[in-house]
Amino acid sequence: MRADKIKQPLSSFARKSGEIFILTAKAIALIFKRPFNFRLIESHLYLDGIKSIPVIFLMAVFTGGVLALQSYYGLQRFGAEVFTGSLVGVSLTKELIPVLTGLMLAGRVSASYSAEIGTMVVTEQVDALFTFGVNPVKYLVSPRLIALVIMTPLLTLFGDFVAIMGGRLVAALVVHQNPNLFDSQLFVSLEIWDVLSGLIKSVFFGLTIAVIGSYFGLKTEGGAKGVGRATTTAVVVSSVIILVSDFFWTKILPFSLR
Amino acid sequence: MIEIRDLHKSFADKKVLRGVNLIIEPGQTTTIIGGSGSGKSVLFKHVIGLMKPDSGSIFVEGEDITKMSESELYRMVDKFGMVFQSGALFDSLSVGANVAFGIKNRKDMDAAAIDLIIERSLNQVGLSDIAQLLPAELSGGMKKRVAIARVIAKEPAIIMFDEPTTGLDPIMADMINELIIKVSADPAITSIVITHDMISAYKISDKIAVLFEGEIIETGSPEEIRNTKNAVVRQFIEGKAEGPIKIR
Repeated sequence: MRADKIKQPLSSFARKSGEIFILTAKAIALIFKRPFNFRLIESHLYLDGIKSIPVIFLMAVFTGGVLALQSYYGLQRFGAEVFTGSLVGVSLTKELIPVLTGLMLAGRVSASYSAEIGTMVVTEQVDALFTFGVNPVKYLVSPRLIALVIMTPLLTLFGDFVAIMGGRLVAALVVHQNPNLFDSQLFVSLEIWDVLSGLIKSVFFGLTIAVIGSYFGLKTEGGAKGVGRATTTAVVVSSVIILVSDFFWTKILPFSLR
Repeated sequence: MIEIRDLHKSFADKKVLRGVNLIIEPGQTTTIIGGSGSGKSVLFKHVIGLMKPDSGSIFVEGEDITKMSESELYRMVDKFGMVFQSGALFDSLSVGANVAFGIKNRKDMDAAAIDLIIERSLNQVGLSDIAQLLPAELSGGMKKRVAIARVIAKEPAIIMFDEPTTGLDPIMADMINELIIKVSADPAITSIVITHDMISAYKISDKIAVLFEGEIIETGSPEEIRNTKNAVVRQFIEGKAEGPIKIR
């Protein structure tokens, strides 16, 4: 009885992990199979990427601002406030903005994928796709995967820029640090690899958000309640994967711990 | 011809299909009747390849679809058209785009030819000037008719109707029955219908099969089914609460 209580969730975890891996492989393989549906990719680039710009802007500008504020006063304890620009630039581009962009997209996009696909499942639209000889994975998952793998690093890069500008603005206006000092410290410390390591991670985060949102959508059962459950699960699982994998990416990427 | 041989399917401990045997003759309309939970929809999903059975076979024009690979199934499904109970129209696409969905990737057709097919198919189901509307703007009956138009446009050899009259008023239900008769009049088209609407079953069918507790317990012409001596079938077709069928 006790063994069953442990065995059941473990086997469910193993089965779902396997299914997610197979769905990812299928979605990637089907990208290269005709017919190519550029209109669908274009629509997801706009709906999931371009329309996420305002929320990424807000997240980035305030994250940059609060980090500059905290860093300035923290470093001031050691008489090192001159390094605010360095600390803000490196920590934002390497860690904070890639992870927070991933989490914002997990909330906004992964939820919408699972809700939309889940509704299609419960209203038999996914079965209807099959009866028209259309592979649901190719039609529903592959375009979303392409769109997010392209848009997540672009939004991260945009977030990096906005966050640094936000930090610079707060440093200048709130703690009255000379912007030239902020810039000089930023450019001395910030390397291209700092930005690149964040962007490489964000490609994986984009793939995770697309696949997890689609997977839980495709697995939806039981009407409106099921759609709600799938949406919540998709957001939680993609957020957890982003947070956990971020640690491993930091360990794996050769230039991320320099 | 479609031949279903000894088809079994269970979900967890629940046996839904317990050895279904049925022959669906080409060019005819075969209606499968049965109560809620008798396994009609599950049987339907097996016939079109949406589900794999635990055991048994389904031969479509001599080929066993239960043994087919995914790519073979996608080739086979081209012969089928299915009208879903809810219509299953793609709600992000306009009515016109829904009707054109099955033909838009055909290389031998340009946009003008596709537009012509959309118009012709919608006219066949008694609808016009709605190609630009979204499914959310349609009534239940209109959705069903657009779903039929979408299947007609594809020109399949086998058309499956899942509960086509459920949830419709009697006049609209009769209109759908007339449409099914019209579509099925072509001898090249085999129609399979699942329903529990006996008025519809008697009107549209060449053959009726009765599914009860996962098995086909009787087959025959509408007249034969109407005059059956089988107590289970009698209770169902007469719609009586008392009888051998126990309501759970």
